[in-house]
Amino acid sequence: MRIGLFVPCYVDAFEPEVGIATLELLERFGLTVEYPYDQTCCGQPMTNTGCHGEAAATEALFVKNFSGFDYVVAPSGSCVHQVREHLTAIPQTDEVKAVRSKTYELVEFLHDVLRIEALPWAAFPHKVAYHSNCNALRGIGHARPTELNRPFFSKPLSLLKKVKGLEIVDLTRPDECCGFGGTFSVFEPAVSAKMGYDKVTDQARAGAAYVVSADSSCLMHQKGCAERLGVPLKYIHIAQVLNGAAA
Amino acid sequence: MSADDLTPRRTGDVLHREVRAPSDESERGPGGERLQHAEAASKPIRADAPREPQPRGARVRGNRPIDQAEAAERFLAAPMHQKAHDERLWDVRRKRDVAAHGIPEWEELRELASRIKTHTLTHLDRYLEQFEAAAEANGVHVHWAEDGAAHNRIVLDILKRHGARSLVKSKSMLTEECGFRHFMAAHDIDVIETDLGERIQQLDEEEPSHVVMPAVHKTRLDVADVFARTLGTDPDNDDAHYLAESQRETTRPLILKADAGLTGCNFAIAETGTVVTCTNEGNADLSGNVPPLQIHSIGIEKLLPRVEHLGVFIRLLSRSALGSPITQYTSHFRKPRTGSEMHFVLVDNGRSERLAMEEFWTSLKCIRCGACMNTCPVYRRSGGLSYGATYSGPIGLIIDPTFDKRKYSTLPFSSTMNGSCTNVCPVKINIHEQIFAWRRVLAEEHRIPLLKQGMMKAAGAVLSRPAAYRAAIQTADSALRVLPRFAVYNPANTWGKKREMPHAPRQSFHAWYRQNRMKKETDA
Repeated sequence: MRIGLFVPCYVDAFEPEVGIATLELLERFGLTVEYPYDQTCCGQPMTNTGCHGEAAATEALFVKNFSGFDYVVAPSGSCVHQVREHLTAIPQTDEVKAVRSKTYELVEFLHDVLRIEALPWAAFPHKVAYHSNCNALRGIGHARPTELNRPFFSKPLSLLKKVKGLEIVDLTRPDECCGFGGTFSVFEPAVSAKMGYDKVTDQARAGAAYVVSADSSCLMHQKGCAERLGVPLKYIHIAQVLNGAAA
Repeated sequence: MSADDLTPRRTGDVLHREVRAPSDESERGPGGERLQHAEAASKPIRADAPREPQPRGARVRGNRPIDQAEAAERFLAAPMHQKAHDERLWDVRRKRDVAAHGIPEWEELRELASRIKTHTLTHLDRYLEQFEAAAEANGVHVHWAEDGAAHNRIVLDILKRHGARSLVKSKSMLTEECGFRHFMAAHDIDVIETDLGERIQQLDEEEPSHVVMPAVHKTRLDVADVFARTLGTDPDNDDAHYLAESQRETTRPLILKADAGLTGCNFAIAETGTVVTCTNEGNADLSGNVPPLQIHSIGIEKLLPRVEHLGVFIRLLSRSALGSPITQYTSHFRKPRTGSEMHFVLVDNGRSERLAMEEFWTSLKCIRCGACMNTCPVYRRSGGLSYGATYSGPIGLIIDPTFDKRKYSTLPFSSTMNGSCTNVCPVKINIHEQIFAWRRVLAEEHRIPLLKQGMMKAAGAVLSRPAAYRAAIQTADSALRVLPRFAVYNPANTWGKKREMPHAPRQSFHAWYRQNRMKKETDA
């Protein structure tokens, strides 16, 4: 099985340890993981702003980098959602369609494709609030959102249950958006930050020591909000927890 | 007759003394329950809290683009209002979840409602003609209005023919679209809103901020101020029941002597020519049944083929809107009363045009429950008036640009596109996907700011060239220029104003990989 590792631009620049954890975690399962060195971004910043034409070259580069793999895996629900649902600025050749349909977010890859049963190396004896990224939750179906009258399931929580000592705390508004929203955080900073403050306050009230998420962008925004508020919460990506980060 | 009855009524007296609160505490526990209807529920604010002026909505300047972000920032600068608004609407959203999850077939109902609407909208001409014929057979006068101005003219003509000078109105967003109140004021017709929230907004000379709860952005103190100023109530009494009762007492006499009554329409049944309105205050019944002249303004998308389809929507409407199983009143208007006249005005006002828009026509399925607003984290923190349009919140973001692409060009960007609106929508409109689609349309038509488009062009250029990208993100500080804030051009660091910046890692993943893995590969 050829696995292509996609490390999104945010992760590359700000959270390299998330990329490292993803690589190591996949390797723990005996997979050969390749990292196409010329990769950059999935094109989401432009597409999200409506500028599809400006995203075309970046999308083409993505497809060029990741063509030929059996699976493309990325530690970001948001970027995977972009690739799967919105990578449409370039002609939809068979190659493009194949890359799009084989791109998986790390949690769903572990849960749905590898169907992992245990993480013997992982222990995280802390109270954890899980943050659902909206694109992961509603866009690619990580879990049942509270709005829908369907049976409950949660892929990230079912993985976190396999981590020794980890305790999940309940949020008042479990799947409300944290306000990052890509370029929304830049162009509507007042509402964005207020949503982040409310999210951080909810996490602290729930008694969490750590916030775990499958998306670095939400974590970066929330961390920035928590630090500004002086709330002593720590933010960590699920890849690191599953890879056995000692905290 | 007792002495009490002869005492002139003082400010603060109410007709029904049992609703007078001894204190400002409206909510009561089990036993001494007061009506805790979702729409009426209002938490008191601490008596010693300083008064906070109500933030006003977006500054509307002709058809120049609305600056929702600016208005939202002003709303956020009024923390008491913002907190009350957010918590109240979140509470309604929570009640909606409980109601929706209490019905096993909820998701099937949504699907069914969506399909009924798809069918109706794709055969709209046929159902409109059927509706017209059935209504005329019932003795109703049917009129067709191409736009808001035509609607207003038609209603004015009807009123003039009857020498009517006053009109009581039950809430209708369609008439808001048409600028009905302002038009009638210019023609010396008294229009009196009979819905409590709508009346508050009318007295305060503001538009509704929410399609179901028009004054939800106001606190009880704000309402006490408005009523003290306009109805002569006690300015220090902000008890919700006292205020509601005062409104009722001042409005009822106006209903009794009104020359005409006008209501909106929740559903119009093609088969029977019936108009159905859903209210919690019974005001549509009063507006329709008391005055001798009865008018219903109907958006052409309100059609349903048969009465049997109505059940699906009635089950969805109030549960989605407020979390209550049904509205207090679901009224069917079919024939004029003996000695009275009944008119239907069928209004297009851009709907046919919207029906032809491939990506946006399903927005016509909307039944105006407001669930998307209640769940929207941006709406809850911005207030509905920040959108500067008749329709606010997620549904507004996709409907408003169909009225005016320039004026509402910024609205589709006032969203994080988290998708919760789509999940709560009882008729399954893919709201967040339409928001996404509008952004593309607006960018392609160069209706987004040049700066934004320029930034995206620059980002696209860097992100499609690996070497340029790697050079740009060598350090976290320089990466910030490319990544979260494309606005290096912008001297004000919008990220850092309210958030700490990400800490700079020692090296990027790229650098780590080159050092730790590519080296190994070379060594091997």
